Amino acid sequence: MKSIISFELYKIFRRPRTYIAFGAIAALIIVIQFGLKIDGKSYSDFLMKDINDTLTVDGNVLNGYLICYILLQLLLVHVPLLVALIAADMLSGEANLGTLRLLFSTPFTRTQWVLGKFIAASIYTIVLLIWLAFLALFVSMWVFGTDDLFLMKSNYVVLIEKNDVLWRYVGAFVFASFSLLTVTSLGFLMSSIANNSIGPIVGTMSAIVFFTILSTLNIPLFSIIKPYLFTTHMNNWKEFFDIQVNDNNEAITGSILNVAKIKTSLMVLSAHIVLFVSAAVLITKKKDILS
Amino acid sequence: MSVIQVNNVSKHFGSLKAVDGLSFEVQAGQVYGFLGQNGSGKSTTIRMLLSLIHPTSGSIEIFGHTIQSNRNKVLEEIGAIIERPDLYPYLSAKEHLQLFAKLRSKKITPATIEETLIKVGLQDRAKDKVQTFSLGMKQRLGIGIALLHNPSLIILDEPTNGLDPQGISDIRNLIQRLAKEEGKTILVSSHILSEIEQMASHILILHKGKKLAEGPIQTLLDPNKMIVHLKTTNDPQALQIILSGSFSNYLLKRQEGIYLSIPHFEIPLLNEFLVNAGVGLINVESKNSLEDYFLQLTSNTN
Amino acid sequence: MKKKYAIAILLFFCFQATHAQTDPLIEKVSQKLALVNDYVAEGTMKTNVSFIKASLGKVKVYFKKPNLLKIKKEGGISLLPKGGVSLTINSLLNTKQYIAIPMGVQPFKGKALNVVKLVPSDEKLDWVISTLWIDPSTALVYKTFTTTKDNGSYEITMEYGSYADLGLPSKIIFSFNTKDYKLPNGITLEFGDDDAAAKQNAMKNKKGTVEITYTNYIVNKGLSNSMF
Repeated sequence: MKSIISFELYKIFRRPRTYIAFGAIAALIIVIQFGLKIDGKSYSDFLMKDINDTLTVDGNVLNGYLICYILLQLLLVHVPLLVALIAADMLSGEANLGTLRLLFSTPFTRTQWVLGKFIAASIYTIVLLIWLAFLALFVSMWVFGTDDLFLMKSNYVVLIEKNDVLWRYVGAFVFASFSLLTVTSLGFLMSSIANNSIGPIVGTMSAIVFFTILSTLNIPLFSIIKPYLFTTHMNNWKEFFDIQVNDNNEAITGSILNVAKIKTSLMVLSAHIVLFVSAAVLITKKKDILS
Repeated sequence: MSVIQVNNVSKHFGSLKAVDGLSFEVQAGQVYGFLGQNGSGKSTTIRMLLSLIHPTSGSIEIFGHTIQSNRNKVLEEIGAIIERPDLYPYLSAKEHLQLFAKLRSKKITPATIEETLIKVGLQDRAKDKVQTFSLGMKQRLGIGIALLHNPSLIILDEPTNGLDPQGISDIRNLIQRLAKEEGKTILVSSHILSEIEQMASHILILHKGKKLAEGPIQTLLDPNKMIVHLKTTNDPQALQIILSGSFSNYLLKRQEGIYLSIPHFEIPLLNEFLVNAGVGLINVESKNSLEDYFLQLTSNTN
Repeated sequence: MKKKYAIAILLFFCFQATHAQTDPLIEKVSQKLALVNDYVAEGTMKTNVSFIKASLGKVKVYFKKPNLLKIKKEGGISLLPKGGVSLTINSLLNTKQYIAIPMGVQPFKGKALNVVKLVPSDEKLDWVISTLWIDPSTALVYKTFTTTKDNGSYEITMEYGSYADLGLPSKIIFSFNTKDYKLPNGITLEFGDDDAAAKQNAMKNKKGTVEITYTNYIVNKGLSNSMF
């Protein structure tokens, strides 16, 4: 299994396509950081229009922590598409290339191949996430400095103390890795069905877009299925940035408002990963390699 | 000792019977030729041997183990190329060998990789990406990957595809050397019959998924029976004469020319028969080769 | 109506006078405040606005006569009522630009407090009218209610402890009116978040407070203007 993983990782990181995602993430983040560095004041003024009517906000609101949150909000919706580019190609790409028969005639079972390839794709996904974390969090912290996280949500504002933020990001990134691994496993499942590269990539992207729309529409009919859709849970990394308050309306440092929601989401996402990967294993095992 | 034993194996794709009740045996040290036209079921059979395709029925044993229960153990001892030499265009020849070396339990040293590159004549292009390779070079690299772990059974599906005459000759020599000097068992398929004829000790002829014939080349090509091509003063008339008499049993249905599979001692009688009927015999050309045998068999089936 | 007449008459007299008209009680308060030239106080600040979730923060409050005041949160973002913090008793009284009108006695937290209204005599000041609730025996101001020109009304209540002798409160509560807060989902990207929890936070209470509880004062040790 170890040899399959290193075999696959070598191929992933030798392919030019792999670096598209790294480049795209870097470009997006740098452009947004640049924009906020140059004209962040007007952006924060716009966000804080309602607040500034009543309160004077003193301090570095547009600090690295807030920038990272803004970046994650924007990027974690789109990174799944970049993950699909690699994950959905892991099996079908080899079938398309004709190399799948070379792999499946080596002394490893197909289950080992599918799992090994999934682990390799997962490592790629996590490396991509680490790259995103490095650029979005650490570069932002370096460029914009750090301060309390003044988070403007739709209906309320959360002010999280500076030294209470970093662990939340660690939690958020761990959560995001589950979200992205769900996409990886979905891409993998699609990949096990088809014999060409484009179909599963487009299929995975379409499925994400389709389910995201279902998850975001507040239509009662869809509310029944919503809790079971992985897209409903993928964005719940934000829960790490909501905080409990005590009876005096004081925020409790180090607390998370809705731990149960995070746990449920992690369970739903994990269940999807297991389901998708198991289905991919079963399909691949039964398949005749005709490519 | 039989290395491959195929028992009554069938593979159906929907209503299509790609392989139909096929049985054969390959002994250790044999160069076993697998013959058939495109679509005859050669590749399907080879893929079943490598567990790429699951048989609909029947059993396959390799090295005495069923492929289903001892897949990994069996595949450890097989080196194969299957149809086209499909490889990773973004990797070099050397990277391919290094990567596939990882997938073998046997330790494959860098020296072995260098030797393999020399063996398949790619030592000068070792660091070039495969996307710059010709079809022949890819085919040679594919063979290199198949030989890398020194397997005792080598399965080569159309190994000379895309090779120039020199390449074909090199591969033929390599196969013969592997069999004679290293005692490898080799299953080689081709539709280029002259190739097989020069390499194989045994052959199996597949047609429409069924076995037409199997055995040692010498036995199949009965020296007592010759395939002859007749040239006469009047071919259409000669054909009519042959069809009307007892020689019609020897006639091979061919589109052009008159071909007969005839015991050599009957050739003078045929000559006499034709002359008496008023047709002169200009030339009797012996066609006693595997190709003729193959064509004879398949034309009769058609 | 009677009140209005009273103010009008007083204002009339006021314009006759050349200097601010002071009330003896206000004078007493001013004298007490005059004991403090500057201070640095440490304390905790609590922001209590229905749409803001914030924890207690440590703050340092810097003051220098006549009306320089700065509240600094130690390494963090602070939320203060807009324009409100500058309206402390010091800044109200130290300007001396006002007319004081005694309005009688009112009970407040078990004390009988004298109510005095201040009307600025300088048009440039940003407040319009201020009401002070003063304990006549200690000359301590327990509550002020100030209406500003631009930023609405602020209520400031004070509690006193060990620094009462200097007229410095141990706790100060700024109360102010808040407006609605809402950001479109398109900006916050919180789509489909129809949680009950989020709905509960829809503001009903439009009143906000900022409380500062002082732990200690360092008084009259000198402060440079650059601090403010």
